[in-house]
Amino acid sequence: MKVEIRKEPFSPCREVESYQSLMQKAGHYGAMASFVGTMRDFNEGAEIREMMLEHYPGMTEKHLESICRAAAAKWELLDVLVLHRVGHIHSGDPIVLVAVWSAHRAAAFDACRFIMEDLKSRAPFWKQETLVAGKRWVTRNMPG
Amino acid sequence: MSITIKYFASLRELLGRSEENLELGAGNITVAELWEQVAGKQKTRPKNVLTAINMEYVKADARVKDGDEVAFFPPVTGG
Repeated sequence: MKVEIRKEPFSPCREVESYQSLMQKAGHYGAMASFVGTMRDFNEGAEIREMMLEHYPGMTEKHLESICRAAAAKWELLDVLVLHRVGHIHSGDPIVLVAVWSAHRAAAFDACRFIMEDLKSRAPFWKQETLVAGKRWVTRNMPG
Repeated sequence: MSITIKYFASLRELLGRSEENLELGAGNITVAELWEQVAGKQKTRPKNVLTAINMEYVKADARVKDGDEVAFFPPVTGG
């Protein structure tokens, strides 16, 4: 299991591939489900130029690790990777990657969704958008 | 008792600081009471403020003890 907060842009496909080869569990997993959240250039009716993503160093990692442990207690998982950007983000940049490996697809799909929904509603991250007219804090998430 | 308080995102901007150390007299103080003490009367506690003690979510009536790290922040918007 790996949780990482990263300041630099990342390629979700490359991250999944490199983590999967380091896991050395080929033959054990029959399913991998992943979710990638990417920055849009529009939100709540406004054009967004860029975004600043802030977190609570220490608590954010701790919280994400506890979500992953809760998922592993609920489903039979072989591995989990969670990667989340912070800092300056531009439209089109991946923000979050959740990847889950398991023997069968149901556990992988369900655990991936479970981790992602908890991350959205409980993990301490905050977005501040830069619009043409200035900056604003995002105050709520879009319904899934 | 001595505690550390952290503020994030819009609450950091509201209070104009990100972190402070506070010396409090011994006693039983809740995180809601602590907010009133640090923010002053002019800044009512915004709706939906979330609070953590030592990096775990707590409710507004949780009590603070010596050495705690308390954090106040707005609803989260990651992912």
